[in-house]
Amino acid sequence: MVLAKQVPDPETPPSQFKIDESTNSVVPPNGVPPVVNGFDLNAVEAALLLRDAGADVEITVLSVGTDFVMDSMKKTLAMGADRLVLVDDDGLDKIDSAATVKVLATVIEKDGAFDLVLGGRQASDWDQAHVPLGLAEVLGLPLVSLVQKLELTDNGITVQRVITDGYQEITAPIPAVLTVTNELGEPRYPNLRGIMQASRKKPEVFSLADLGLSSGDLAPKLKLTKLYVPESNQQVELIEGENEADSGKKLALRLREEKLI
Amino acid sequence: MTSILLIGESDEHGEVSQSTLQAVAAAKSLSEPNITVTFSGDAPASASSLSVDSIVSISAVSNSDDGIYEQSTAEIASLVTSNNPDVVLLSKSDFGSLVGARLAFRSDLSFAADCTELSNENGALVVTRPVYGGSALAEFIVASTPAVVTLRAGAYEPSTETGSPAIESIEPQSIEQFAYVTDTVAETRDGVRLEDAGVVVSGGRGLGGPEPFSVLKDLANALDGAVGASRAACDAGWIDHSHQVGLTGKSVSPDVYIAVGISGASQHMAGCSSSRAIVAINKDADSNIFKEARFGVVGDWEKVLPSFLASVRELKA
Ligand SMILES: Cc1cc2nc3c(=O)[nH]c(=O)nc-3n(C[C@H](O)[C@H](O)[C@H](O)COP(=O)(O)OP(=O)(O)OC[C@H]3O[C@@H](n4cnc5c(N)ncnc54)[C@H](O)[C@@H]3O)c2cc1C
Repeated sequence: MVLAKQVPDPETPPSQFKIDESTNSVVPPNGVPPVVNGFDLNAVEAALLLRDAGADVEITVLSVGTDFVMDSMKKTLAMGADRLVLVDDDGLDKIDSAATVKVLATVIEKDGAFDLVLGGRQASDWDQAHVPLGLAEVLGLPLVSLVQKLELTDNGITVQRVITDGYQEITAPIPAVLTVTNELGEPRYPNLRGIMQASRKKPEVFSLADLGLSSGDLAPKLKLTKLYVPESNQQVELIEGENEADSGKKLALRLREEKLI
Repeated sequence: MTSILLIGESDEHGEVSQSTLQAVAAAKSLSEPNITVTFSGDAPASASSLSVDSIVSISAVSNSDDGIYEQSTAEIASLVTSNNPDVVLLSKSDFGSLVGARLAFRSDLSFAADCTELSNENGALVVTRPVYGGSALAEFIVASTPAVVTLRAGAYEPSTETGSPAIESIEPQSIEQFAYVTDTVAETRDGVRLEDAGVVVSGGRGLGGPEPFSVLKDLANALDGAVGASRAACDAGWIDHSHQVGLTGKSVSPDVYIAVGISGASQHMAGCSSSRAIVAINKDADSNIFKEARFGVVGDWEKVLPSFLASVRELKA
């Protein structure tokens, strides 16, 4: 089970990043479609690497949101995932991580058998890194975060977990929840066959009502009062010499003058 | 009064970590703070002079808890139940991020991660956190307590006040552990730690390959500094990921941060914007890095850097 979130493209240049302060929300830039959160694609890749290593794996991608752009979400199928399950309802792009965990836990319990839940290390919109961790708590499963390498063993998994200066080897039983980091390696590009297969697959879509949930179950714990672009009053002092080499020299002298070096 | 349970950490020298001292400063900025600092494991000796109300050591939490923090989470969850604080404050470290999230979900508490500012307004806790990679700031009112909050490194100046807190130690409970760390592999590092360096020289995609990092290394050596990198350079395999600066890499706040061939994406700046001065060398005058830098040269690093390095060496000689 791979958790995937649809997010605004994080490579949107800062000049095109706009906020509607009356609704405290980000205005999607014209013509830039949303994407699957990058680290979630790393999680899909991690699942595919297990398959490449010979394991018999069925990969279900699960997402909670609204206004899904199918071309974006189906990238996970084109990469090689088997199923795409979407919980799609009004306002589901605005719920907090606790509510997201509640919805995911409901689907996962309903959907039944799974051996691993993989998620990205964090989402590039709210950058919280809560959801898979919370899901592990709610489902009562072992949790390892920041996984860069993953192997199935006879009775569980062995993973490498990235730490500040190196990594740890960790063994855990399955089922377990793992978060995957970009150190795992670039997610593969879908090939033509993958794209063709994905275009024929239909996502399985649920509403909140299908899951026996209502928006009242999903009230946020934190109230967003302000969303704004911080002002930078930094003024750059450009050092210009007679040529680029001279600029380098002048830069050194200027930094010395400021006692910075 | 605001009662704060602050989860402290010690650094590699066995001292109270800088990030914990920053958290103490953040806690002290709240209204009428009553601060208990707890350490998972024995508290460092220097904790006994922190300017807080009490220190609680949870002695003998085993090292096998590293990386999973099952036991630490269980211990801190019990403390939260017994102390019922308004705020549980952690650093946004590896430990703090993981324990904070587990704790919040285990005990169904409100949670705000990676905050840069805390305050009280009309009796409620207000937190500010960068979102969208740092392109925006979001301010939240935390309606229910206890609230779990993690604090971004560098957001507050470390507390330098001293005091004489009450000191207490509690015995750990026994818990069932499922996952185990079987080995730890540390990167070898030559020279200063990136996080402690007074000068950081970072390279990005604009360097075009792994070789130029040796020039950055020479420059860093000449300045007693350390080498950093953007994620693009690390992902390309030009330098190890342990050098990555940014939102999902290391946070640094040196006196001088020299960014070479780095465009200054918000996620990169999240790791270096509290530097005293940012210096940019980039061939694109419109690059975002020039909006964040104090000094800059618009030019090709291949032409700028050699003469910069030579002049630095002369000045240092
Ligand atoms: C959730 C998330 C987390 C992220 N976390 C991080 C993080 O922790 N750290 C991080 O760094 N990034 C992070 N990123 C990635 C970030 O968004 C950028 O993609 C990345 O920082 C770009 O790296 P760069 O500046 O090296 O490359 P680019 O953006 O490609 O910039 C290269 C620059 O080099 C300049 N250049 C090219 N040739 C030369 C030359 N010869 N001389 C001088 N200048 C030259 C160009 O003008 C350009 O400005 C994250 C992204 C996401 C979505």
